[in-house]
Amino acid sequence: MQDNALELFEVFIRSKRGLDHKHVGSLHSEDHAQALEYARDVYTRRSEGVSIWVVKSSDICASQEDDAEDFFDPNDDKPYRHATYYELPDAVNNM
Amino acid sequence: MSDNIKAATQEYATRLGDDAVVLGHRISEWVSRGPFLEEDIAYANVALDYIGRARMFYGYAAELANDGRTEDDFAYMRDDRQYQNLLLMEMPRGDFAYSQVRQLFIDIYYNLLLPELVNSKDDTLAAIAAKAIKETRYHLRRSRDWVLRLGDGTEESHHRAQAAVDSLWGYTHELFDMDETEKLLADNGIGVDTTQLREAWLKHVSAILSEATLSVPEDGWAVRGGRIGYHTENLGHVLTEMQFVHRSYPGCQW
Amino acid sequence: MSTEQQLSRQEQQFMDKIKAEEKIEPKDWMPEKYRKNLIRQISQHAHSEVIGMQPEGNFLTRAPSLRRKAILLSKIQDEAGHGLYLYSAAETLGITREELIEALQSGQAKYASIFNYPALTWADMGAIGWLVDGAAIVNQVSLQRTSYGPYSRGMIRICKEESFHQRQGYDIMLSLVNGSPEQKAMAQDALNRFYWPALMMFGPHDSESAHSAKSMEWKIKRETNDDLRQKFIDQTASQIEFLGLEHPDKDLKWNEERGHYDSGEIDWEEFQNVINGNGHCNRQRLEHHIKAHEEGAWVREALAAYNAKKQANKSEAA
Repeated sequence: MQDNALELFEVFIRSKRGLDHKHVGSLHSEDHAQALEYARDVYTRRSEGVSIWVVKSSDICASQEDDAEDFFDPNDDKPYRHATYYELPDAVNNM
Repeated sequence: MSDNIKAATQEYATRLGDDAVVLGHRISEWVSRGPFLEEDIAYANVALDYIGRARMFYGYAAELANDGRTEDDFAYMRDDRQYQNLLLMEMPRGDFAYSQVRQLFIDIYYNLLLPELVNSKDDTLAAIAAKAIKETRYHLRRSRDWVLRLGDGTEESHHRAQAAVDSLWGYTHELFDMDETEKLLADNGIGVDTTQLREAWLKHVSAILSEATLSVPEDGWAVRGGRIGYHTENLGHVLTEMQFVHRSYPGCQW
Repeated sequence: MSTEQQLSRQEQQFMDKIKAEEKIEPKDWMPEKYRKNLIRQISQHAHSEVIGMQPEGNFLTRAPSLRRKAILLSKIQDEAGHGLYLYSAAETLGITREELIEALQSGQAKYASIFNYPALTWADMGAIGWLVDGAAIVNQVSLQRTSYGPYSRGMIRICKEESFHQRQGYDIMLSLVNGSPEQKAMAQDALNRFYWPALMMFGPHDSESAHSAKSMEWKIKRETNDDLRQKFIDQTASQIEFLGLEHPDKDLKWNEERGHYDSGEIDWEEFQNVINGNGHCNRQRLEHHIKAHEEGAWVREALAAYNAKKQANKSEAA
């Protein structure tokens, strides 16, 4: 049996209620339950979190950087989706 | 607080401090020696909890003694015969199975004892217990899972875990002994009557051992004496190491 | 487009990102040498954190007060944590932790040579926190701006936690210099032994550094060895003075024109000697690490076996 018996997990932490979970790093463990416990000990030693997610690294499906142009660029030409696209009459503030 | 209750409470706090500092010392011996890095970090947290607990109990003992002694005087200036920790705490680090089985026995014990101590009429003891309960629940999650994994892992891990159970079992009986001091405190709603905890402890331990495919030893063998300072030879070495620097420079601040 | 043109186009895009101060992320194309260089540096950094647990662990069971024991324990635990953050960053480059550990244990990968010096007295806990962590922080603060995203984020996290390390070390020194004459002598001795090795932590002079130029171009490193060392020398001088200890560098002198301290020359022979394995603890540190790793093998095997049984039970039930 090899050492790679331990699986790699990615750790996400919600630092405060009201905020999104944020990726903080990874760790090795036997299963999800142990990964959660280790995440608590490794990534929240200074009370950095109120909630933890762990995900097997192998379960993450990521977009390919090589495709980035095809994948993300098409949205670059839709400036009308951003509020700044619209010029408001001076008389109207704050919208 | 009457004088005899006060003296008994001070001794009780000292004993609980002794338990915590000796076990904390033993766990801290694992630092940089864990089976992998994550476990090193996690186990260090448990050690930290115990050192913290020792400081709270000794701090309270010092407050009751009110003779100028500090938490460090309790930890560093008392000898083997004055230390009153349970023998189980001072047993060596052993292999990883040995440490985790010991931890399981102790974690289940505290998971029964602390919820009682929270109801103590002594506010300080109750407050320390309230903090310690949260730590101990987490410790038990860890030690329980480890014993399951080791007991039901490989042949080797099973063998090591069973060997640990067998060689530590004899030291668990005194966890449930009561002397006059502790009886007095239990009668007055300050301390916990540990004789009442054994049945639940045994049930809980047996359930986990059996799930881990480990067997519960016979009860014939029992070693006692921690609470009267009658220790195994292990404690002397713990204290020698722990107290060396402190005692080499008497009266210094660190 | 030929493969060659394709490659140079990718390389161009890569360098454009670097120049624009954009971070390189794990799935980006990167030159193989950049990847190798990063693995070398990040893993060396990770190994240093992990091996660095030993000299302080050596005093954990002898800490002279419960408060110091708790502080030291949490500091060493942080080091394990930092090692883990860094292994985690290195793993995003397509290398496993097992491979990294193997490289450490075979001597192929390095760790900071400072940890080959022995920790002999309690004052060494002060000197290590203050000087060794202090030197490390100067380097790490600069590395927060490193070009590789996961490394940079790891550094930011580490720097946030690490300032406590240096302070607790200085705090130990403060207690000692304000204590008995024996305590003060202990502090001076620790300063004398750790000052020069701490300066060596920044590596050889820029003119001698094998990896520096390329690392700077790729922005893996952001400041040169000598610049970082100068920062450390400057900030440490007043700290030594405040402690009322004698400065180990007899040639140290403020240079008004440069706005920096001029200092004596480092004993590079000693530096090479310790790097080449002749420090007091080179063998001990690795043997300790290998022993713990080997003693943990059956535990890791048990985890795997237990996990396999669980999976089997699950598929049986399904």
